[in-house]
Order: sequence, then structure tokens, then C-alpha cells
Amino acid sequence: MEPVKEANKTSLGLIDAIIFKHNVQPGSVIPVLQEIQDSYGYVPPAAIQRVADQMGVYSSDIYGIVTFYTQFRLQPPGQNVVKVCHGTACHLGGSERITEAICQHTGAAAGKTSKDGKFTVERVACLGCCSMAPCITVNGEIHGQLNPESVGKIVNSVKEEQIKTRG
Amino acid sequence: MAQNVTDSWVIKVGLASCGIAAGGSKVFGAFKTHLKNVKAPVELKPTGCIGMCYREALVEVSSQDGTWLYGQVNTERVERIVQEHLLGGCPVEEWLIPADEIRSFMSRQKRIVLRNCGVINPESIADYLDSGGYMALDKALDRLSPLEVIDEISKSGLRGRGGAGFPTGTKWLTTRKAIGHPKYVICNADEGDPGAFMDRSVLESDPHSVLEGMLIAGYAMGASQGIIYVRAEYPLAIQRLELALQQARDRGFIGREVMGRNFDFEIYIRQGAGAFVCGEETALIMSIEGKRGMPRLRPPYPSQSGLWGRPTSINNVETFANVPWIISNGADAYAAHGTVTSKGTKVFALAGSIKRGGLIEVPMGISLGEIVNEIGGGTKSGTDFKAVQLGGPSGGVIPAEMAATPVDYESISRTGAIVGSGGMIVMDEKACMVDVAKFFLNFTQDESCGKCTFCRIGSRRMLEILEKITRGEGSEAELDTLEELAQEVKKSSLCGLGQTAPNPVLTTLKYFRDEYMQHIKLQKCPAKKCQALIQYLIVAEKCPGCGLCLKYCPVNAITGSKKQPHSIDPAKCIRCGLCSSVCRKDAVMVI
Repeated sequence: MEPVKEANKTSLGLIDAIIFKHNVQPGSVIPVLQEIQDSYGYVPPAAIQRVADQMGVYSSDIYGIVTFYTQFRLQPPGQNVVKVCHGTACHLGGSERITEAICQHTGAAAGKTSKDGKFTVERVACLGCCSMAPCITVNGEIHGQLNPESVGKIVNSVKEEQIKTRG
Repeated sequence: MAQNVTDSWVIKVGLASCGIAAGGSKVFGAFKTHLKNVKAPVELKPTGCIGMCYREALVEVSSQDGTWLYGQVNTERVERIVQEHLLGGCPVEEWLIPADEIRSFMSRQKRIVLRNCGVINPESIADYLDSGGYMALDKALDRLSPLEVIDEISKSGLRGRGGAGFPTGTKWLTTRKAIGHPKYVICNADEGDPGAFMDRSVLESDPHSVLEGMLIAGYAMGASQGIIYVRAEYPLAIQRLELALQQARDRGFIGREVMGRNFDFEIYIRQGAGAFVCGEETALIMSIEGKRGMPRLRPPYPSQSGLWGRPTSINNVETFANVPWIISNGADAYAAHGTVTSKGTKVFALAGSIKRGGLIEVPMGISLGEIVNEIGGGTKSGTDFKAVQLGGPSGGVIPAEMAATPVDYESISRTGAIVGSGGMIVMDEKACMVDVAKFFLNFTQDESCGKCTFCRIGSRRMLEILEKITRGEGSEAELDTLEELAQEVKKSSLCGLGQTAPNPVLTTLKYFRDEYMQHIKLQKCPAKKCQALIQYLIVAEKCPGCGLCLKYCPVNAITGSKKQPHSIDPAKCIRCGLCSSVCRKDAVMVI
């Protein structure tokens, strides 16, 4: 996997830049980790150690933060991230079925990445689009009023789009 | 030709997250393309949440002759609207939202917080200024002393809209009087309740109103810094807030010497990282300080010792959005709405099985029934509603028999639910109350930070009992254990999360005990929701043998040849219900 290599080899400079941008204040550990995740898609182990060293915090504390907040990932995500809303309205509207259908179409289990590395399917608490329930986001773009068939179309269009842009 | 060349038009496309989810951005793009042929002056602008989310994507067309609201607009419809309405002068009647529908939805509402939502362009400070924006700040700095501002807020009766309902004026006064410097104003935009989208909508539709509210609060309390703690799950809200902050800074409304007066105030954004408990004020402070968001014992309250040990006032998005209106229009005008103890209005996110779901703002004291039946138009299916869930995981379920209950802090509390931050989920007969209780408890036990034993383990044990009941393996005696545990968790948790987590269980037990009993005694789920207690089968007469269900079944439990009725093997079936969702002939039955 490319991002891992990159995190080990060349990223320390980038991580330092992120840390110094936030002035190395203790309160800024979370924004620093958020920015690291924005850059790599996850928080690489090398980054945890670097942030600890540079900001004067124990790496165990950083690990504690990363595992406390659900936003942080310790594994690189797939090329596409699908977030399935499990808020109240979506739950009543059948988000379990939507999840089932998405897992089928992407080949990824809920909470996991597909073997081909193309899709990560995540369950999220609430996207705040309850009147469009059930809803999901695909790479940050929101889709609403779904059913098991329409999510299939969405997944397929993502696959096709990426084949097109590559070839 | 009926073309009226002298007309100038304004076209607004609802581009809050709901509108975008319904294709609003594409509609906006399509208008841009098609408007090239229109010679009359047209102003095309994005706006925020118009409120009628069930009709998204929404487009409002207006000229000097009137205003027309189109619903469910998609890119294909845009061309005809441009051709016939803008060029031809005849509105496309069939796509307009009927006037009586708009009236039913709007007439009982009073829009104070939502005054600009769906009206102005949220990305334009000029629009906000044109609608009287920053006049309240100017008035406060120019004509009112800080104590007079607090007095005005106290007189208005405004109470914290995040859910707890604590009097805002009192909180501000305590923070003002507290010793310590600098003082902080925090805007709690960590809207974590599943089923709630009021704060997101306000931030996406009218971000300046929140900034102005914070500035006024800062002036009143003698604070110099404001922090907006906003969920990372709301990228559009963050983007519009950042833009608004920049615009306000450029105009001198934020920073040193605000509006040229002797008042410095800076506002920063901090993104949450996905922990529900951070909506609790002491956990939120921990999170801003860069720690795990774990609540601490109060007192001391944040107004005495908050962020970095300094006096801090934490108020909700909606609370702040009320403030400029109150300062501009006076406390009496605000207090004229609502009830004796619950003044003003409240924004609700109306969702679930409701015909007209969306964002509404109603005077306090309106009945639940009025909201569901009159504003919301009843349930989607047309049947009577079964219950309303208020207050998310901290709240409770109120049965339809109690539809006359007025929506104010005290009356709702008496039912066992809470007004909460404003999530209002309507349920019909398809919702299983045990499943609903299980859903919320699953959420809270998952989000428990783990500090208090009863919240951490007690809620887990409660969930296990509910899981047993939904599998048909529960016993009557366990209902008593459930209630006992619920009381213990409430009593032995130090923060609001644990203290309120049992509410969904307690209210469903109180009002729908019979449904629990049917699960326990008859192993039946009357709503046909609990997977272990139901079975799917295909009605042979209705099944055309299209093979769609067979294709979708994740466990290959469905067999049948093409054009022949299919059947489900109950031993293999995992009751996910995908077959019934995809069947176009309604041939899959649940028993």
C-alpha cells in the first residue's frame, strides 16, 4: 500500500509542518491529528510517535485520543469511503438494508475495506440529513432517499467513473 | 408571445445539505446554463434551508409580480421552467408547490431563529447586512451596557436551546461576575443527537446570525475569545462558517476594536472528532484542551472554571441565533411568544414517518398533535401516527394519545421525554417500540465514555436484556431488572449522557409495555421489525419470477426459475428484508 510507505519514508517533514502550523500548543493535538488524517487518510504509527516527540505529549496519550474519537483511523481506508448513516430516521427507514446492499455491491464488510482496496464502508451515527433518510455519503458527497437498488447504482457509477478517469 | 422583457427575476436554489442531497447543486448548474438565453436581468443565487425538505430540491422564482416555489426540481425540469416561466411568463403550474400546502406548512410557524434561512445567500455578508444583520451588535455596542444586554436576554426568557433549558441570561451573568481572565464564549455546534439537524441547517443557512450572537455574548460577559466547536461530520457548515468568519473579519466585526468600539473579540473554529459525549459541556472543554472528551463533576460549572480554568459560557447554536433578534426587537417581543415558563420559539427537525418532514420553528406551547398533523400533514402512509420521539437518545417516546401535550420544557418533561435539542421523529405502526429503545440504548452505551461504572456497564446490561427481548427470549422478571437498572444508571452517572440514557427505555416501557409483553409472552413483534420474530415469504400469486430478489439475497436463500414464482428457504434466510425492498410487485410478505 502506497500511503504506508510514504508515511514511513518521507512524511516527517510534512508532519512537522502541520505541528508547527498549530504552534505546538498542547490543546492543538486533536487538530494536528485531524490534519494528518486529512493528508494520509489515516493516522500512521510513525505520525503518532512524531507528534508525541514534537509536542511533548506521551505517545500513549495520543493513542488514547486516536482511539477515543471515532473520526480517527489507524488503518488506511480504501480508495472510496462510503459512510452509511444510522441515525434515528435512517434506522426507521431501513439503514440496515442499505448497509447490507452496499456491502454486497462493494464487497466490503461494514466497518471494513474491500479486498481490492476500492471501498471502505463505515457506519456513522447521524449525517444530519434526516428528511432525506435513508442517506449515505460517498467520498463526502451526500445521497438521500435511497433504497437497496439505488445504492447499487451509486456504487456502480463510482466504479465506472474511476475506470473512465484511469483509462 | 407573453414574454415580458421588463421583468427582472431572482432565482433561489436551496443549497443546504438536504437540498444538495436531492440534487440541488446540479439544478443550480442547470439554471446557470439555461439562463444564458434569458435577456431580462436574472439574479441566480444559492440560499440555505427553505424548510420544506420533503420537497427538495426547492427553487424559488420571484419577480415584481410575485413569488413561486417549485418543489422536487431536477435538472430536466429546469429548461422548461426557464422557457415557460421566465421567457414565456407562465409558471409551470404542475411543478409548483400548491399555495394551500405552503400555508398548512407555514401558517403555524414563527420564524425567529430561521428568519434568514432559505431567504438570504448564506455565503454573502451583504445579504445578511441587507436583512438587518449586525444591527443588533451595533445597537448593543452603541447604546447598551453589558449588564443591560444580559438584562434584556434575561427578560426575554430565553433558555438554552441545546436541550437543558437553562436560562441564558443567568448563565451569562454568572460568567460575567466570575473572576478570571480571559473569559471564553463557546458555541456548542456538536449536534450529535441522531435525528437532529437544526444546528446544521442554521449554520449552513445563516452563519452570520450565530457569529453576531456570539459577539453580543462576548461583549455582555467581558469575554475576548469565542470558539465554535462544530461536528466534523458537517463539512458544509464548517466551510460556510469559515467564509463568514473571514467576511466578518474583513469588515471589522471580528478582531481588534469591533466596529471601531473599545471591544476586542476573536472567534475560532474547532472541529469535533466524532464523540457524542463531547456535546456535554465539560467533555467539550476537555476536547478543546486536546484530551479525551470525558466529562467531569460539576461544580465548578464552566461559568466559574471552564476552558483552561477560566470562566466560560457554553451556549448552543440556536440560542446564539436568537440573540440578535432579541436585541433588535426587544425582550418583550420575544417573550410575547410561548408559554409562561417557556418563552419564544423552538426549532424542530421533523423527520421519520411524516408526510411533510423538514425544518420548522414553532412558538413554544404548540401541541405535538398540531406539529405532526397540521404542519407535518400526518404520517407518510396516511395512517394515524403511533408515537413521537423527542430529544434523541436522551429523550423519550410520547404516544399518540398524548398528542395534546403542549411543547414546553415542563409539559414534555412530565411525560418522561425532554424537549431536547429539537429532534422530532414521528413513528407509525411500522416502528417497534422495543427496537426503538434498543436502537437508542445501543447508541448511548456505544458512546459512553466509560468513566462511570453504571453508565459503562449498566447500560450494556440493559442493552443485553433488550436484545434478548427482541429475540423472543426475554422474561417478565427481566422487565423489572431493566427498570431497576435504568434508575441506577440515571442516579449514578455524573453527566447528562448517563443520566438520560435510560429515558428511551423508561418511556417505551411506560407507554408501550404491552408491546414488550407481546415479544416476551407470544414471541411476536407487532410491528414486524424484530428479525428473530418474523419470517419472509413470497406470495406465489403475486410473484412474476423476475429474479430481482434472488439476485439481491445476500445468502442465496431464494430459489426459483425465471418467470416462475420464487420461494425463500427460512432456514437460510437472515431476515435482512432486502428482497421485500427490491420487489416491485409487493410479493414479499412478512409474517
